Amino acid sequence: METKKVQPSSVFETLEGLKEQGYNLLVDLTAVDRSAQGRVPRFEVVYRVAALDLETGLETKPRVEVRCEVGSEPVLRSARPLWPAADWLEREVWDMFGVRFADRPDIKRLLMYEEFVGHPLRKDYPINKRQPLIGPKEEPEGGVNLNRARQKVEYE
Amino acid sequence: MAQGGARVQVVATRLDAVLGWARKYSIFQYPFVTACCGMEYMSTMASHYDLDRFGAGLPRFSPRQADLLMVVGTISHKMAPVLRRIYEQMAAPKWVVAFGACTCTGGFYDNYSTVQGIDTIVPVDLYIPGCPPRPEVVIRGFMKLQAKIQQGTRGPWHMDEEGWGRFFPAAGPGKDEGGAAPK
Repeated sequence: METKKVQPSSVFETLEGLKEQGYNLLVDLTAVDRSAQGRVPRFEVVYRVAALDLETGLETKPRVEVRCEVGSEPVLRSARPLWPAADWLEREVWDMFGVRFADRPDIKRLLMYEEFVGHPLRKDYPINKRQPLIGPKEEPEGGVNLNRARQKVEYE
Repeated sequence: MAQGGARVQVVATRLDAVLGWARKYSIFQYPFVTACCGMEYMSTMASHYDLDRFGAGLPRFSPRQADLLMVVGTISHKMAPVLRRIYEQMAAPKWVVAFGACTCTGGFYDNYSTVQGIDTIVPVDLYIPGCPPRPEVVIRGFMKLQAKIQQGTRGPWHMDEEGWGRFFPAAGPGKDEGGAAPK
């Protein structure tokens, strides 16, 4: 498998070139938050494509991975015109990491509900934070918080 | 006068017993299946571990027509209002089964998206833990639910030492719990 590291401004041209070479399957589109390692820019968006022969179902070429480093400002063009599968994958990237895409100003969340605040897979999202939509309140007046399993409970 | 009152009570308790018998052997379940526990639910409903012999073989896919809400599989916070709404759309008498570890306590998903037990949203009558629970376990739990349904919808309900539900602290297991409780 080949990995290409490109600048965000030339990602779309690279993907277009790959599509013309016959890479007709977008396998995955995801992001990595590197702020825990202190690297800037913060996110690395990863595209992985494959070339699938539609008659036999076998992959004719080695897979290619395209990586680019972005912050949270919208510089990447959406890959939807090339592969329609990118629609939901970009929605997931926005939902989980907060990476925007330039030509998708009104992007919707995919996995979390609309009123959710924050992006859960970022490294600075507190691991014990819960935002229940309905159900018991997050800060009970005394006693056990019913929204998480691991917690310190004082016993008499 | 006291004689007449006692006779009325006997008739009423017999009526409750008949209603309980009828309700427990004609359960229309609403299988609210979201995740992997659905596989074991399907196994339990299929011919090998047949649930139809308990009278519960017909699932109703509308909450208006069902009386048992079987919540099978992980419930996320996005799904929680839907589950609550389905529960509220069912007509009384209704019972809820929490099938699988994710519905009992959240399972091993202690994270930002999973409800830590559906009893934070709907009142639960039967918990079947397991990941996923084997069909034999499901059937055992189902029989306990039938014992609970037999006791009716009024009055306090409690669990005796052997795990069978009953109203009055009777001396031994009842005669209508499938005969599986030890003597």
